[in-house]
Amino acid sequence: MRIDVRKTYKLFIGGEFPRSESGRTYELFSPKNKEFIANPALASRKDLRDAVVAARGVVEKWASASAFNRSQILYRIAEIMEGRTGQFIEEVIAQEGITPAQARKQVKEAIDLWVWYAGWCDKISSIYGSTNPVSGSFYNFTTPEPMGLVTVFIDGENSLLDLVHGIAPVLAGGNTVVAIAHENFPLSAITLAEVIATSDVPPGVINILTGKSQELAPWAGAHMDIDAIDGSGLNDQLYKELKIAGTENLKRIFRFEEATPIRIISFMENKTVWHPIGI
Amino acid sequence: MTNPFEYSLAPESTSIVKIESHYNLYIDGKFQASKGGKKFVTVNPATEKVLAEISQATPADVDKAVKAASEAYRKVWSKLSGAERGKYLFRIARILQERAREFAVLETMDNGKPIRETRDVDIPLAAAHFFYHAGWADKLDYAGLGESPKAHGVVGQIIPWNFPLLMLSWKIAPALATGNTVVLKPAETTPLTALLFAQVCEQAGLPKGVVNIITGDGSTGAALVNHPGVAKIAFTGSTEVGKLIARSVAGSKKALTLELGGKGANIIFEDAPIDETVEGIINGIYFNQGHVCCAGSRLLIQENIKEEVLDKLKRRMAMIRLGDPLDKNTDLGAINSAAQLAKIHELADSGDSEGAERWSAPCKLPEKGFWFPPTFFTGVSQAHRIAREEIFGPVLSVITFRTPSEAIEKANNTPFGLSAGIWSDKGSRILWSAKELKAGVIWANTFNKFDPASPFGGYKESGWGREGGRHGLAAYLKGEHS
Repeated sequence: MRIDVRKTYKLFIGGEFPRSESGRTYELFSPKNKEFIANPALASRKDLRDAVVAARGVVEKWASASAFNRSQILYRIAEIMEGRTGQFIEEVIAQEGITPAQARKQVKEAIDLWVWYAGWCDKISSIYGSTNPVSGSFYNFTTPEPMGLVTVFIDGENSLLDLVHGIAPVLAGGNTVVAIAHENFPLSAITLAEVIATSDVPPGVINILTGKSQELAPWAGAHMDIDAIDGSGLNDQLYKELKIAGTENLKRIFRFEEATPIRIISFMENKTVWHPIGI
Repeated sequence: MTNPFEYSLAPESTSIVKIESHYNLYIDGKFQASKGGKKFVTVNPATEKVLAEISQATPADVDKAVKAASEAYRKVWSKLSGAERGKYLFRIARILQERAREFAVLETMDNGKPIRETRDVDIPLAAAHFFYHAGWADKLDYAGLGESPKAHGVVGQIIPWNFPLLMLSWKIAPALATGNTVVLKPAETTPLTALLFAQVCEQAGLPKGVVNIITGDGSTGAALVNHPGVAKIAFTGSTEVGKLIARSVAGSKKALTLELGGKGANIIFEDAPIDETVEGIINGIYFNQGHVCCAGSRLLIQENIKEEVLDKLKRRMAMIRLGDPLDKNTDLGAINSAAQLAKIHELADSGDSEGAERWSAPCKLPEKGFWFPPTFFTGVSQAHRIAREEIFGPVLSVITFRTPSEAIEKANNTPFGLSAGIWSDKGSRILWSAKELKAGVIWANTFNKFDPASPFGGYKESGWGREGGRHGLAAYLKGEHS
């Protein structure tokens, strides 16, 4: 008989896999039989700040990468995920207690969602930008640009799929991400981090924390170096508190329900440029 | 000896406007007295003469206006096709054009800005905004905001005093085009053109309750923001008040767009065409007495051309004609209020005390009214208050830089992000700078240009959302995010 080699589930910050600086973990149990699964890291306020520092450091790098380049990197994530399909299915089953068929369907959808968003990277500006027919001899155009650094509270309906719903559109818009995984679903989050770490994503562009969103949300809301937040994973009360805290630097804070290019454009800022036309 | 080049007086007649001694609130298609509200006066800031007595809308009045707007939305406006809604907007645009001079004179009297600007900028642009949005009303399916996008319902709108009728048009035109009804509060010091606009609505035959104009101070605005019948708030004003509104709306189902303050950098590279640039600097900070949220209030000059630019700027500033706003030759009018003048003085004095050096154009200030001469400060560090805070007056802070990347770094070193200017003869440098600048509107080799087709709005703490263009419609239609 062989004893399994279990994985230690740590955080993903700046391309590395540190434990929480607080030394804290929490116990994860199977929703089906209440058996112990793992001791994932319980991220602290300081971990959040470290992740923001890492993500801020590569904002310019990621925003200035060509849209084609970003598109290829998102597609690369799908490629690497495909190879890990079996592992994701096992983790989705373990976390959610759903059937293998349901889990397989979710994993395939998650991979396909990366492919969908990969294709958006170099189209979003064409669709949502414009040249504007102003009165007068001026050339005038509007183009959406990345906001910078976006924190995402991952929704908790489908463990793996919701991670992609949250992270991919923010990334496609050229922003860097600090994602806070749903408390019940750390396994697929950290395995996705391993995929990201081997998918040509520059270190720091995506950071993933596991832990309790109710602990981290107030700090994220008040953090002056976070430009925008996807609060899809928060309940109404936490979302309200987040929005109030976020008014300090007028963060853009939204929640979403489905995959749509609006999710990309919500984290982009429209810039309008004027120049005279003349000889 | 008299100067043979001295301008003769060229005052615009005020006979075209008829100002009532007292104004009621415009609710449900008629002017109604406030229920127990106080009165306040609006004065001509160039003469300090009282123009009219205005009603302070109470929470009960706000409630009445919101109910009127809600009923108009349910019974009339939401049942009208986009094409028919559009026709009302076209009518309003035409009436504004027909009565343009009347509006221009009234705006100048109530606001203090030169007649040249109200006549050539504010009023024509206001009419253009209605005309532009009229055409959108039956084309919303093509706006890229989903199929058959839905209006919010009743929209509460609060506007500032710097471009009273123009800001009203930026707010009301897109709101009506997208099928919302409106309760609008003009600024306390500049209510008259909004009240005259109520007449335009009547002449256009706009159904009652679709547009309601309630006057008052911040407490009226707060009552509007907090009214449960309002589905969306649109605010233009200071970042400070914008944050308060964002806070009180947070967690509710109300949608919110904000157009707030700025501290725009106007960057002059060494290869800029200097004479045109000097005109651009003037337009950037002395247009509308500097009461412009997107003003180019920080002048960033490449170090090696600083003396040349400032010499020419001084010469040009000495030619600015400050005085009677109704005079057609006037460039710089009155500061809008005593309170605003005090704020400008306070910030300019902080420039002196923090060690910057003040230069003001040698112009004589009229004895009556609120005035501030066109002024700039040199020796300004990035830590000075005059480099960080919005002065909202004719005061420019001059900062130098050596390299393009230093210019960008300094320009972006602010929590605001509304506008920026770039002056250079080199196309690639202009486009690089435009890309690097964190601001919603970039004027390259021009400044302070506005158009209904051009989206306007800020990054960072300068606001949420855009006004104008296709992008501006999103503010008045339900989005896919909450």
